[in-house]
Amino acid sequence: MAAVTPLLSTHGVSRYFGGLVAVDHVNFEVLPREIRALIGPNGAGKTTLVNLICGRLAPSSGTVYFEGEEITHHPAHIRVGKGIAYTFQITSIFGNLSCADNVALAAQRALTRATGRHKPRNYRRTTLSASITEALDRVGLADRAQLQAASLSYGHQRLLEVAMGLALQPKLLILDEPTQGLSDGEIEHFCNLVKTVATEATILLIEHNMPVVMALANRITVLHHGAILAEGTPEEIRANTAVQKAYLGANGGEEGRVDY
Amino acid sequence: MIGRTESTRVVGLHGAILTALFLLQFILPAYHHGMLTRIMVLATYAIGYNILFGYTGLLSLGHAMFFAAGLYGAGLTVYHLAWPVLLGFVSGVLSGFILAVMIGFLALRTVGVAFMIVTMMFAQAFYLLTLYYADYTRGDEGFVLTQNMRRLALGEWTFNLADPIIRYNAALLLLSICLIACLLLVHSSRGRVLVAIRENEERATMLGYNTFANKLMAMLMSGMMCAAAGAAYGLLFGYVGSTFASIHYSISPLLWVLLGGAATTLGPLLGTLCMFYLVDISSGYTSAYLLFVGLILVLLIVCFPKGILGTIRERRLTWLP
Repeated sequence: MAAVTPLLSTHGVSRYFGGLVAVDHVNFEVLPREIRALIGPNGAGKTTLVNLICGRLAPSSGTVYFEGEEITHHPAHIRVGKGIAYTFQITSIFGNLSCADNVALAAQRALTRATGRHKPRNYRRTTLSASITEALDRVGLADRAQLQAASLSYGHQRLLEVAMGLALQPKLLILDEPTQGLSDGEIEHFCNLVKTVATEATILLIEHNMPVVMALANRITVLHHGAILAEGTPEEIRANTAVQKAYLGANGGEEGRVDY
Repeated sequence: MIGRTESTRVVGLHGAILTALFLLQFILPAYHHGMLTRIMVLATYAIGYNILFGYTGLLSLGHAMFFAAGLYGAGLTVYHLAWPVLLGFVSGVLSGFILAVMIGFLALRTVGVAFMIVTMMFAQAFYLLTLYYADYTRGDEGFVLTQNMRRLALGEWTFNLADPIIRYNAALLLLSICLIACLLLVHSSRGRVLVAIRENEERATMLGYNTFANKLMAMLMSGMMCAAAGAAYGLLFGYVGSTFASIHYSISPLLWVLLGGAATTLGPLLGTLCMFYLVDISSGYTSAYLLFVGLILVLLIVCFPKGILGTIRERRLTWLP
């Protein structure tokens, strides 16, 4: 394993909010092309850690590296430019714009980055509309391209959020609780989608839904009280007694298994 | 994303309105002719305001400083340094640009109410400066640019900007340029980013946009357009005074834009037009015309919170830019 350079790594990152330690000296690595799940009880610091990675928060101490380059002090929009895409936990699409425009905002950014500003207009326009269609197609929203985003059902809004992430053509796609509020059928569709995306991008998945985590993740990192409690394959995590305790409290579950 | 037919419609509509404005000068009586000239210059001011307020979602209460920067940038150089009109105009626009850079770097660190207050304070400071340097500006009383100063020499041609016909067409030219610039911006990918910032700045950042840089760009465009309107106002009507830097002139474009429809390209023009004629007609009947205007505005906000064109766009013509 040591031979593989991690795509993303954090070295001793911490973040305090006043006296509260939200993230405590975390050393965290994500390898290229894996699906990594980040789980933990509520308040474990998952979202804070991810915010440190994508630049929405600055760490109180520690460093963050992406593709071997230190990005600790890069603002969020620069990190997105380097290939870190973040889809919001709370759906935050542009409700007044059409679905196509929502995705266009992401796609035109990726396009500018990939080709520079000075390509002919027609070239840019056709490439742009092609990548919009592609992103919407992959999440199954192609037929709703011209609808106003706010008029979509909640599940479709979540998918649109993912489409925006895809249109950025990221190297690392961070999905923050993507299946929250989705129906079973939508979750299944979503899992298939993530599997296809994983063939070209690394995925960091923050998720509460254990069946989804177990089905998708190559490796799982468990966060508890702001620190890494355990890390390993789904089987290892399932069998880990410390994890079971963290989740189920001191008295333990009747079966002692992590599959809620 | 807009389709072919929609963009034809949009171009057609804007072309038709500019053509109508051009043709109106041949049929309008002198009084309305002069009034429309003034409206076109001030509508340009409103268009500039709308870029920042309507599209980018930044409510400034200090835009009079940009208008006045253009007014004084042109007026002072023409009056004191005897600069030719064109150079004076450029100096006016440049003053607006420089001011927008300075204000942008400072004020864009704030959002919402704080932004309103910061811009208002800067505008007040600017207003007080125009009073303080009364040796040059002659303060409230202002100064008059004589007809001789307002001759625009282009090659062998000399245009007298005090001539109503020249004045009307100069105003129309300015309005056309700014309206088309605004339309191009709105339909560009850059314009879409501004709207994204207005709708959800956090999300725009996480799509990889430097929101500060984009807001600054909007501020510069807005400031320059407003300054161009101010410079044109001084040069066309020949009067430069600090009233134009007062808070009254910061609020006016906000009202015009709200009336016509924020974040619509033609809203500022329509709003300015309606407001002027509202005041004009009502003041013919009563001296308490502001009460009358106020009532109509309240009704309008209650019934059409998105302004005239904003409401039309919502209910009927969704393709309106």
